[in-house]
Amino acid sequence: MANVLKKIYVGLIFIFLYAPMAVLIVLSFNASKSRSKWGGFTFKWYAQLLSDSSIMEALITTLLLAFLSALISTFIGTIAAIAIMSFKKGMRTLMLGITNIPMLNAEIVTGISLMLLFIFFNIQFGFTTILLAHITFNIPYVILSVLPRIKQLNPSAYEAAMDLGASPFKAFMKVVFPDILPGVFSGMLMAFTMSIDDFIITHFTKGAGVDTLSTKIYSQVRKGIDPKMYALSSVIFITVLVLLILVNLLPNGQKKAKQAK
Amino acid sequence: MKNKFVKLLSLPYVFWSIGFIIIPLLMVFYYGLTDKSGRLTLSNVLNIALPVHFKSLIIALLLSFVSTVICLLLSYPLAMILANVKSKSKGLMILIFVLPMWMNFLLRTLAWQTLLENEGVINTVLQFLHLPVLKIINTPYAIIFGMIYNFLPFMVLPIYNVLCKIDNNLLNAARDLGANEIQTFFKVTLPLSVPGIISGITMVFVPALTTFVISDLLGGSKILLIGNVIEQEFTLNSNWHLGSGLSIVLMIFIIISMITTAIFDKDGEGSAL
Repeated sequence: MANVLKKIYVGLIFIFLYAPMAVLIVLSFNASKSRSKWGGFTFKWYAQLLSDSSIMEALITTLLLAFLSALISTFIGTIAAIAIMSFKKGMRTLMLGITNIPMLNAEIVTGISLMLLFIFFNIQFGFTTILLAHITFNIPYVILSVLPRIKQLNPSAYEAAMDLGASPFKAFMKVVFPDILPGVFSGMLMAFTMSIDDFIITHFTKGAGVDTLSTKIYSQVRKGIDPKMYALSSVIFITVLVLLILVNLLPNGQKKAKQAK
Repeated sequence: MKNKFVKLLSLPYVFWSIGFIIIPLLMVFYYGLTDKSGRLTLSNVLNIALPVHFKSLIIALLLSFVSTVICLLLSYPLAMILANVKSKSKGLMILIFVLPMWMNFLLRTLAWQTLLENEGVINTVLQFLHLPVLKIINTPYAIIFGMIYNFLPFMVLPIYNVLCKIDNNLLNAARDLGANEIQTFFKVTLPLSVPGIISGITMVFVPALTTFVISDLLGGSKILLIGNVIEQEFTLNSNWHLGSGLSIVLMIFIIISMITTAIFDKDGEGSAL
């Protein structure tokens, strides 16, 4: 009896979380442009998607931003995490405190603070300002996912490599880096996702003429969402779903393969 | 790894965090505490006392408080159920609850319009079943709904994480010593999960308090939250001084919740990562 109740409860929350996905996927096949009327089944929004240059442009901007900001923040964040672990306690606490600011602060405050910075220093709003903002909120995710890996490292391994004649750089690349790689990778994935999903901070740091998918959707809210957006988001959702399943199945598979050896 | 070279690796991040975290926050205080001619003033901050602004702050506090409480009540049983699932499907279960976060959140929130509208999907179903219809779109209830929907995973994950870490032997020991299920829950499980609860509360309360998007999309832009007021000062009125002054007020609430988290969750146990 209790088990049935538990299943019903999880099921209801599952429906609550997934009802909007279902709505969006249904709307992507809706021939009517209206959000509240069903006008028959159609594939035309999917067919027209690739030829809509403004949506494609926003998609490319979004992906480019996510890719570049994930890459740069992974580099800065990883070397920072390595350095932070070598700091004395007081300095380490300070650095981790600063790292927590963008994660715990409200997005609107992070957004306007960066907007004010760019206004104050007369920096032209555009792709670069969004990229700087995205790197800023992405670095903490990388640091926090690399740090636990570094804590688990055996410092003697690195010293042993140096004793055996490896240069500090070579010792790092051969001994330390492979061990922290999973943390680096999951940090990068996190950064990529956060960048793709961001609306609020982009809203305050973007200039006229540059749009990500989020800001484009927001600008369409008043006049009605272009149904091609539903088609695109359904495609993205299914892609992410497939990728996530692969990513979550692969590490287990590797572990099992190793154990089998 | 205690050599100078390793410490130098922090330099890019030190400069980055000074330039893009510390200085921008100081900018908020600089603009918030000066007027257009650059004179020091408290009038931007004190503007919160204006009825329009004060009302938006009170509504935001009220709505975010209600949504945080409902999120907690919904999440705790859910996290308990998930934490007890056999380890094999655990990853999959979490994936199911995180996955919606990967779809554009504006579109997800807009989809609730279609569902909640007076002649929307839910009401059509209710009418079909001869049940009373819901009239909640463009009301504060719809905003609460949207907040719960968007931030629920942020409450579930930290609680789930701390619950998973609880040693089963502790629960067994409590039972062996004669505690019943309810006593075990209140004496062992609940106290041990406090870091997760506190972290979840912050992670729901702060974004809910400061949102302008959810109220915009589900409140029919009639209900202004403090986030909407600040957003409008920046994007429509270009009054950065007033917008910054009101943000300082908002930051007081954010800092209070950050300190609460720091006190209750010293080791970062309740983090969602």
